[in-house]
Amino acid sequence: MQDVVLALLAKEPSHGYELRQRLRAALGPLGDTLNSGQVYVTLTRLEKAGLVSSARTGGRPDRPDRKVYDLTAAGHRRVADWLAEVSWTPRPELAEFHLKLAAARAARLADPLTLIDAHRRELMRRLRDAQRAALAEADGSMAGLLLEGVVLRLRADLRWLESCERVWSGHGERS
Amino acid sequence: MTGGTLAIRARGLSKVHGEGQARTRAVDEVDLDVPAGQTLAVTGPSGCGKSTLLHLLGGLERVSAGELWLAGRRIDRLGERALARLRRRAIGFVFQDFHLMEELSAVQNVELPALLAGRTPRTARRRALDLLDRVGLADRAQRLPAQLSGGQRQRVAIARALSNAPLAVLADEPTGNLDTAATNDVLRLFDSLRSTGQTLVIVTHDERVAATADRVVSMRDGRFVDDVHLPAASTGGLGDLLGLGG
Repeated sequence: MQDVVLALLAKEPSHGYELRQRLRAALGPLGDTLNSGQVYVTLTRLEKAGLVSSARTGGRPDRPDRKVYDLTAAGHRRVADWLAEVSWTPRPELAEFHLKLAAARAARLADPLTLIDAHRRELMRRLRDAQRAALAEADGSMAGLLLEGVVLRLRADLRWLESCERVWSGHGERS
Repeated sequence: MTGGTLAIRARGLSKVHGEGQARTRAVDEVDLDVPAGQTLAVTGPSGCGKSTLLHLLGGLERVSAGELWLAGRRIDRLGERALARLRRRAIGFVFQDFHLMEELSAVQNVELPALLAGRTPRTARRRALDLLDRVGLADRAQRLPAQLSGGQRQRVAIARALSNAPLAVLADEPTGNLDTAATNDVLRLFDSLRSTGQTLVIVTHDERVAATADRVVSMRDGRFVDDVHLPAASTGGLGDLLGLGG
């Protein structure tokens, strides 16, 4: 979240509520789940870390929030680093689930196929939520684009569960 | 079970292909109740029997054994002519590759089943135009299939499937040839059909299609191995899909 807020601030010195508006534009309905205080908490942390500076302005009487935030030189460098960085998050939960199945099987604690079924149902529930949200978006919307990514990841996980099921059901027959 | 009527009911439904050593049970003693108005997705790996099941339900293939009812009427013993008539009037089919008549315009494709069912050209045309409007293609009525995108062609095919107000629409991989935007269009259309109480059975590899159905059955080797009813409304926030933390 810190990098996101910094990057949103790179456009121009801004009020906290302007950053929230930019987040909302990019996230659509997904942005509703962000705590509105989260941006301010993050800004405070960034200021303490010397990445952001703030100045009080006269502001408008209808806006209680009079602070304008700006990137410091260190903040600009961090944004540049963040943009250049290629982040691909490994998914520890895959290895964890894989090992869970192996351990459950070895100790005869649970049937791997039952665990796979439970997992698949949960992923289907999440896919349903994501796909329903995607259907509510107009084609080409920013939020729709993000949701497409969420949907693709869930589909990949569901396909991997199919492979798990195929292999573990084979193991069941042999033992 | 009481309440709504069953659109489809099957008991011990089986389809055997081949003979002797080559004999396989594509569909193996399947029991299935589909209440009217339900959207049912059937998933499973290639060769699991899901397409054959759909063909049996729609009378495209003959049942080897078992009993099958459509809206309370036993149909597994119908003669060829009665079955063909039933297919034309009571079932709407949607296929992966659309199966539109290339030399006919969109509206001519959509009105064809109504004409075959004996409606007057006037009635058939009016209904076809209504249906094209419903699938968002009123302005494409005179186009030939070749002049439409894949998603538009599939929406024409869905309109055609609705031509005779079928008891059930049976769809075989309806999004198999479509990109994400067109898939979403088709899923939105299925949602609107569901809201009118249309019964839908969709065979699909596509997890997105399955996830938006009311119920998902998984097939392996001709049998049902899982049967899940999905909650109607979203149960969790969308936030846990993102994992954006502080």
